[in-house]
Amino acid sequence: MNQENQCPPQTNPFKPEPARIVRTYYLTEDVKFFQVRIADMEKALSFRYKPGQFAMISVLGAGEAPFSISSTPSRPGLLEFCIRKAGVVTDALFRLKENHLIGIRGPYGNGFPIQNMKNHNVLIIMGGIGAAPLRSVLLNCLDNRDQFQKVTLLHGAKRPAEMIFRDEFFDIKDREDLECHLSVDQDDTGEWSENIGVVTTLFPKMEKIDPQQTYALVCGPPVMYKFVLQELLKLKIPRDQILMTLERRMKCGVGKCGHCAIDYIYTCLDGPVFTYWDVLHMRELI
Amino acid sequence: MRIVKLKQKNLNPFLEVISENTELWAPVRKYTDRHVFAQVEDVSQIDVDYTRTILPPRKIFLPPSFNMFTATEKEYKENFSHATKKILFGIHPCDIHGLLIMDQFFNYVFEDPYYTQARNNTLLLGHSCWPDEHCFCKSTRTHIIEEGYDLFFHRLSEDYLVWIGSSKGDDLIRLMPDCFEEKLSDEDIQFYIRLREQRNEAFQTEVNFTAMPDLMELKYNHPLWEKIGTACLACGSCTNVCPTCNCYNVMDHPQLKERGSLIHRDWDTCTLQSYSEVAGGENFREKRSDRLKLWYTHKIQAYISKYGKPGCVGCGRCIATCPVDINVKTVSQALDGKDVDAFWNRLNKGEIK
Ligand SMILES: Cc1cc2nc3c(=O)[nH]c(=O)nc-3n(C[C@H](O)[C@H](O)[C@H](O)COP(=O)(O)OP(=O)(O)OC[C@H]3O[C@@H](n4cnc5c(N)ncnc54)[C@H](O)[C@@H]3O)c2cc1C
Ligand code: SF4
Ligand code: SF4
Ligand code: FES
Repeated sequence: MNQENQCPPQTNPFKPEPARIVRTYYLTEDVKFFQVRIADMEKALSFRYKPGQFAMISVLGAGEAPFSISSTPSRPGLLEFCIRKAGVVTDALFRLKENHLIGIRGPYGNGFPIQNMKNHNVLIIMGGIGAAPLRSVLLNCLDNRDQFQKVTLLHGAKRPAEMIFRDEFFDIKDREDLECHLSVDQDDTGEWSENIGVVTTLFPKMEKIDPQQTYALVCGPPVMYKFVLQELLKLKIPRDQILMTLERRMKCGVGKCGHCAIDYIYTCLDGPVFTYWDVLHMRELI
Repeated sequence: MRIVKLKQKNLNPFLEVISENTELWAPVRKYTDRHVFAQVEDVSQIDVDYTRTILPPRKIFLPPSFNMFTATEKEYKENFSHATKKILFGIHPCDIHGLLIMDQFFNYVFEDPYYTQARNNTLLLGHSCWPDEHCFCKSTRTHIIEEGYDLFFHRLSEDYLVWIGSSKGDDLIRLMPDCFEEKLSDEDIQFYIRLREQRNEAFQTEVNFTAMPDLMELKYNHPLWEKIGTACLACGSCTNVCPTCNCYNVMDHPQLKERGSLIHRDWDTCTLQSYSEVAGGENFREKRSDRLKLWYTHKIQAYISKYGKPGCVGCGRCIATCPVDINVKTVSQALDGKDVDAFWNRLNKGEIK
């Protein structure tokens, strides 16, 4: 065969970079935390991303799937993910121990509009696995605290044991520069010191904010959106300042495989972060 | 642009010479009356008297299934064995337009090296054609081609007029300079012009896409979609034959002996139920009608707004292929408010049981 044909291209966006699992532990019964370092040191340090972007993770023998980056770009070198067991790829990931190699490529997607959010209030509302992308924004805001006005976190879970990043959020909840409200639907431990009730019961507890000066970021299970959006509209936050992420099937992350299409849009290129205004105008949304 | 003349009898000797060290792909006959693009060992296998091949030429650039990586834990080793040096002879204008659309798509934001490497390694030698009852490339203005080929062969009665479209094409001509005449006679030119006019008049199918972006929007919830949805067999033929369909799936195939995997990239079809399913079994396009809407949004609405022209080049393959007559022609006519004569429409009227 002709040698010339075999020379690989300069860059291959589909090529996973080997990365090592540095740390992994359970956050809840079915969600695990993964701290990962790209094996090639230079590549590890030059991996630049924005909160809200995602990476494709591959496990040899199982396949590849998209996951939000949970760490913050303000702490380079290590990438963190928070992954729920859901099927073939995630099952295989859960079986891997520290020091194992996985493949990683990215970052992909638009991410949150951090530049526009500067000098505004940032209201973060998370539920379930929605904590994955929003933890990145939260940590980024706290690391660059002077760039933002008021930062508020509302976090809901069914039970205390199901609250993702519970320990971490308890550690920061009393910070002066953060307003943090945690809630569980039911307390089956009898030891829960915070609010009890669905996440929307946290809204009346929030200090008043100027809605025009606020970006609200919502990520959580489908049921959560409906009620949280109503509250945000009541607060008069403009619809194009309400941000959310959409989940679609993704096989490439770079706009080629077609799976993530919604109408005109490729979620992997034009999303996964959309404003509520964008979402209202998508015909295919259920 | 330089145009030269070649005697028809010299075509095969020319193809033999230029393909001495390169794979030659061309239309060959299959199953009595169908044609496919295939690698030819002997130029006498080539049959230029064809209207459309079963599968579009994109199968040469991104084969229906190929290996992207041979992977071990330490490395995903790239495999570009599909991107060999090739000459593709006999491709028609609509299919060249199809490739130009794919070129834009596969270079949009990220470059897809599996496509571009194969594309860069392939010379395109076009051939003129004559429309049958399904061709409507004149409506999509893809019946003539001004760019994108290395050579283009227009067949006259005994000669070919050969358009030289690139310096690589010119290099091919130079391999057999004596066969090509630089001087064209007035008769040749007149013959070519007459042929062109006659061909323009030979089109029997017209499809007007101008209003489609608006109509797709206005009739998004029209009962028409349910009608075609009930008739669709979800067989995926329409996407496989379309020269501008790009969707694919990636599968990891573990190789037990080598303790590694082959990462395969396979054509996928948006009309299949599993296409949009996400983890946990949730599906955003459970119904066939929803999946067909995506296909038509893509072809006759999204492409127009993104690239300024439809993602359809009028090749007629979906018309010739769909077993229940769901195709760009019947769907756009129905969107236009016409009562079309199509299997899916008769089925819904109860004329077929
Ligand atoms: C932008 C985005 C961000 C996300 N962020 C997160 C996050 O932070 N945390 C989280 O938990 N989830 C996240 N998800 C969801 C996550 O991608 C899914 O949970 C995951 O795809 C489930 O994969 P699975 O293989 O375990 O599940 P399955 O349902 O088994 O399969 C899902 C996908 O894997 C493919 N697959 C199966 N077998 C193979 C194989 N042999 N080779 C190749 N592919 C195969 C399937 O075709 C399918 O596409 C995100 C999704 C998106 C779109
Ligand atoms: S539209 Fe026709 S060709 Fe396409 S999947 Fe349905 S039945 Fe098959
Ligand atoms: S939509 Fe039909 S006619 Fe148009 S390019 Fe595709 S297969 Fe050909
Ligand atoms: S994930 Fe492949 S196109 Fe978006």
